[in-house]
Amino acid sequence: EEAALREKLAAYRGVWVFVEQTEGEAAKVSWELLGKGKELAAARNCPLSAVVMGDQVEHLCKQAMGYGAETVYLMDAPVLRHYRTEAYQKSLCALVEKYKPEVILMGATGLGRDLAGVVATVLATGLTADCTGLSIDKGNLMQTRPAFGGNIMATIVCDKFRPQMSTVRPHVMPMPEFDASLKGEIVREPVPVAEDEVQVKVLDILMDKGGSKVDIAGAEFIISGGRGMMAKENFALLQELADVLGGVVGASRSAVDAGWMPQDRQVGQTGKTVRPKVYIACGISGAIQHLVGMQDSDVVIAINRDPEAPIFEVASYGIVGDLFQVIPALTAKLKALKTARSGA
Amino acid sequence: MLVVVCVKQVPDTTQVQIDPVTNTLIREGVPFIVNPYDTHAVEEGLRFKDRFGFKVVAISMGPPNAEATLRKALALGVDRAVLLSDRVFGGADTLATSNVLAAAIKKLGEEEEVGVVICGKQTIDGDTAQVGPGIATRLNLAQLTLVDRVDELEPAAKKIKVSRKLEGRHEHVEAPLPVLLTVVRELNRPRYPTVAMRLDSADAKVELWDNSVLGLDVNTIGLKGSPTWVSRIFSPERAKGEMLGDGARDPEGAAQLLVDKMLEKDLLAL
Ligand SMILES: Cc1cc2nc3c(=O)[nH]c(=O)nc-3n(C[C@H](O)[C@H](O)[C@H](O)COP(=O)(O)OP(=O)(O)OC[C@H]3O[C@@H](n4cnc5c(N)ncnc54)[C@H](O)[C@@H]3O)c2cc1C
Ligand SMILES: Cc1cc2nc3c(=O)[nH]c(=O)nc-3n(C[C@H](O)[C@H](O)[C@H](O)COP(=O)(O)OP(=O)(O)OC[C@H]3O[C@@H](n4cnc5c(N)ncnc54)[C@H](O)[C@@H]3O)c2cc1C
Repeated sequence: EEAALREKLAAYRGVWVFVEQTEGEAAKVSWELLGKGKELAAARNCPLSAVVMGDQVEHLCKQAMGYGAETVYLMDAPVLRHYRTEAYQKSLCALVEKYKPEVILMGATGLGRDLAGVVATVLATGLTADCTGLSIDKGNLMQTRPAFGGNIMATIVCDKFRPQMSTVRPHVMPMPEFDASLKGEIVREPVPVAEDEVQVKVLDILMDKGGSKVDIAGAEFIISGGRGMMAKENFALLQELADVLGGVVGASRSAVDAGWMPQDRQVGQTGKTVRPKVYIACGISGAIQHLVGMQDSDVVIAINRDPEAPIFEVASYGIVGDLFQVIPALTAKLKALKTARSGA
Repeated sequence: MLVVVCVKQVPDTTQVQIDPVTNTLIREGVPFIVNPYDTHAVEEGLRFKDRFGFKVVAISMGPPNAEATLRKALALGVDRAVLLSDRVFGGADTLATSNVLAAAIKKLGEEEEVGVVICGKQTIDGDTAQVGPGIATRLNLAQLTLVDRVDELEPAAKKIKVSRKLEGRHEHVEAPLPVLLTVVRELNRPRYPTVAMRLDSADAKVELWDNSVLGLDVNTIGLKGSPTWVSRIFSPERAKGEMLGDGARDPEGAAQLLVDKMLEKDLLAL
């Protein structure tokens, strides 16, 4: 039985990253996963490949190579123009059955989670959600993820089935360097689905306006406010600080629920995961659902008047005090410093 | 036509704490609640009932005490509630969970046609968002995840149009019935049970189905039917940082210490 299992598993080889794209533009998380995938492939001594699907998306293959993919499987046809579960599922499953990878990584985005759950069910294999850590041990993928709202971490294994599938949230894995000199091979595959077999029709796609178009997930400095900000107007204090630092303003869910900030600024379990250079939490208690969205920031600074606030447990630097006194003082000092520097 | 709503009983994870000595989850005294997203699933099912006269069935897989969760759904106006409970269902990952839930939905469908299955977007404990897609796949239903608005449902034409909430965009899609939806908070505002309905639901019947009803192969359910397993559980690492100054008495001084620190660590791009 042992031997049969070993033989079954050995038929699968290679690490794959699914390259998510909309309108021909790749989601950055795909490149982050290629960075991680390279490490895993090295540990397994196997190739790293990317899967590109869409309509007229060949340009993404070169990009995938620049981020480390040695082989890119390309499925390019009008039926894949918009993501639809059925069409993508059948395409990806056909590829997996033909080439048998041992690991498949996908972004834990709306699209990635929609697709991964279906593919894993069709293939009758394991799927681990929202991984924050991936490594290899005894030939198996060790998949570490938060559960119970981030209160615990669990390491999950899928040691008797292949492929081992994981989704990973954007910004959890560091972005690898792009190297245009890296070369790879494009393997074109026919798309096994016809338009009349697809039940779901995309009627239209509306980009969210949200007025601001601020992408907090891409910012180097994030200054976030919580319920302690007391009122919508007070977020101007944070904006002023953000302007000096060259950052953007984020928020806790309480602040979003209160209508002080738009939803696209929310950091946390049900908001965005961010890992800026500096994250400044102002009047945020540090509920676990908030922490899971920002605790991987390089430096966390917390300003809170409650010395027992859990946010201080993840802070690199903390100030216990009234944010309405500390923030203006901080902004003034940074402004003065900036003027002095530009004058010098 | 039937609407089947999947509801899970979960510990209120906002109240979960970690034992500082053993580093394990303290589960005692943590109240169980209906998974918050599933309350929106129930509400949408009831709206279909109000508008089209569909019958709504709530199902849940879990231990015997998960009956309480189904009773809450009954108090809100759900017509029928089925608890899927059996030792052999225990220890399931999402693949095994969706197998049991799909089998139950199939069984309900033998009595009356299932038009819509509704799940929450995800749970707050397992948190995977994988069960909905798993059920849809097994039942070969069109799958519409992350629904934040139902634009149209035409039972006669067997068509549904919804809006899906994705990162930075919304997608409007159309699908044929039967369909599986997973729903987000923005979809609706759940109603409250009336006192009368709550009293009624106290003795309403929650049906219990074990595996003798579903007849699933034990190698495809519970622990045995789960390709993934948890090899280690630990609490997230937290490095206690440095507290700067006395911000309460001397905010200016504390702010200065922070600026100095940021300069020292080369954090400023001024
Ligand atoms: C399923 C689920 C998902 C969730 N997802 C998220 C999520 O994605 N993101 C998220 O943020 N939350 C999320 N939450 C909510 C989370 O549990 C907390 O309720 C929320 O993060 C608290 O926000 P807060 O820290 O702003 O408010 P509070 O917890 O009320 O904290 C306010 C803080 O401000 C401090 N304060 C007050 N006045 C001042 C002052 N003048 N100066 C300095 N400090 C002051 C107080 O000491 C306090 O610590 C979720 C909850 C659930 C159940
Ligand atoms: C620490 C830990 C980590 C885990 N990680 C994974 C993992 O990465 N991969 C994996 O496959 N399993 C994992 N599991 C197992 C997983 O939690 C269970 O399979 C669980 O039964 C369903 O998953 P979920 O809670 O994530 O549901 P989700 O997929 O998030 O639930 C989505 C919706 O499906 C419906 N639903 C889900 N469960 C039920 C139910 N029991 N009854 C009725 N409706 C339901 C609800 O409508 C719910 O809103 C983990 C378990 C633990 C304890």
